[in-house]
Amino acid sequence: MAAWEPLADIAAKVQHGELKAVDLVERSLAAIADKAEYKAIIATTAEWARERAKAVDAGDNKGRLAGVPFIAKDNYLAFEAETTAASNILKGFNAPYQATVIERLEAEGAILVAKANLDAFAHGASTENSDFFTTKNPHDKTRVSGGSSGGSAASVALDLVPFALGTDTGGSTRQPASFVGIVGYKPTYGLMSRSGIVAMASSTDVVGTLTRTVEDASLLVDIMAVKDGLDSTMIERDPIGYTKLQADLKGKKIGVIKEHMGDGLADDVRGRVEEAIAALKQAGAEISEVSLPSAPLALAVYYILCPAEVSSNLSRYDGQRYGYSYTEARDLSESYTKSREVGFGKEAKRRIMIGTYVLSSGYYDAYYKKAQTVRTKLINETNEAFGQVDFLLGPVAPTTAFKIGENASNPLAMYLSDVLTVAANLTGMPAISVPCGQAAGLPVGLQLMAPQRADRELLALAVAAEGLVA
Amino acid sequence: MTKLTRDDVLHLAQLARISLSDDEVAEFSEELSAILQYVEQLGSVDVSGLKPTNQVTGLTNVMRDDDVIDYGYDPRDLLKNVPHVQDNQIKVKRMIG
Repeated sequence: MAAWEPLADIAAKVQHGELKAVDLVERSLAAIADKAEYKAIIATTAEWARERAKAVDAGDNKGRLAGVPFIAKDNYLAFEAETTAASNILKGFNAPYQATVIERLEAEGAILVAKANLDAFAHGASTENSDFFTTKNPHDKTRVSGGSSGGSAASVALDLVPFALGTDTGGSTRQPASFVGIVGYKPTYGLMSRSGIVAMASSTDVVGTLTRTVEDASLLVDIMAVKDGLDSTMIERDPIGYTKLQADLKGKKIGVIKEHMGDGLADDVRGRVEEAIAALKQAGAEISEVSLPSAPLALAVYYILCPAEVSSNLSRYDGQRYGYSYTEARDLSESYTKSREVGFGKEAKRRIMIGTYVLSSGYYDAYYKKAQTVRTKLINETNEAFGQVDFLLGPVAPTTAFKIGENASNPLAMYLSDVLTVAANLTGMPAISVPCGQAAGLPVGLQLMAPQRADRELLALAVAAEGLVA
Repeated sequence: MTKLTRDDVLHLAQLARISLSDDEVAEFSEELSAILQYVEQLGSVDVSGLKPTNQVTGLTNVMRDDDVIDYGYDPRDLLKNVPHVQDNQIKVKRMIG
């Protein structure tokens, strides 16, 4: 089976009748069934997808993604399948409205075929915290696909669909992309509406794209970065759009983050990243080293702020309006506490409790406020770095895909997977993971970052880098 | 170095409206203490002269016109996921007594 073509090519062929949307949907559904052992998918939207495909083939094909099948992480509200966020507390939940970005994609003719597995509520780096099952790595079934958007990333790597939606709060799109060998894009914070996406940490949550190429990611960004009047945390889109990319490395100043290339990095990952740096240099990029002295603190900052915001966002799961409800409760208080005890998994509870602690009276200043202030320090340092260079570079993860079970029993060890990705979330800057070779048969990702709102420039750099570093 | 006691964990659980089994209390006491120990490294960081960052967009007071917008939803559809509905209202357990 040939790999999926570029998104724009698929749409053009559907528009000209060379490809039929119904065939594309059947191809996806067949692949999903064929690769079921990887457990990337929670549920399909088969009936709806077939119906939509017929409509596209009958003439509703003017969109830029006409007939293109896609998969969404199951923390995106969508019709025709449950939205569970991979948590027992939302089993049986049918969304009364869809995420805006899904509406945008569907308006351009894209067809949702399935919901992908994730760590429950996006808490995790491997999908081992899913209340349902763990997604396996397409390159090695004994290893994880990363997380929390592990199912979405695996879906694209397995050629189930040409693109998938993830989210990225602390690295959850970039890390799985690096573990399975595809492109994972985290836009500038605020670029896309989060209406209809299950909230995790509201000061860092963003839509993420999982694609085979950077060009595909740029088309999706262009389509999805549109204000909808439903998300007041949105910034303006680039007036030039995101598809007119001047892909040229000559003279581009790229700063390698010293603190991201330290001892914690696996030797084989370091090797691939250094080779990538050499290739970029050869193509005319001006490479230098920059220091972000607070980078080693970013993970501690994140694991105070993220649980704090999680504890607030997950307070809505109280068994009263949707989700699991403990029916034998004697009073309202017990209805809350027992619904949440039974419905939530261990990691959700851990994060809620840590979050509650760091926000509680007597501890708020020492933990939450302190973390927010160290965040300022990190932001100032990255701004200073961008005074010297145009882009930042480093690895995406300290290792390649780890074995299933390796980190599962130690929450803190699992958190350390995020050590290189959280800085971009805390600062709001756009970041991308681009495949840069393999180490012992497992994919390695190269991370590129740019100042906030420089998504178009970052995508252009990544298109130029993509072919050179693979 | 913070070590959470059983009572600390039960207090947090109460604040967060989650009930825990005895095993969970013991487990969380260990795990949460380890996590807090890790994040406490921020305690020694010098942040003099810096203000906390609450959000990175720089936006303030995002407003819209005070108009009623009809999104076209039927209240009955919006209530479909509610465990107990009565007269188009969400019914909850007694709170007092």
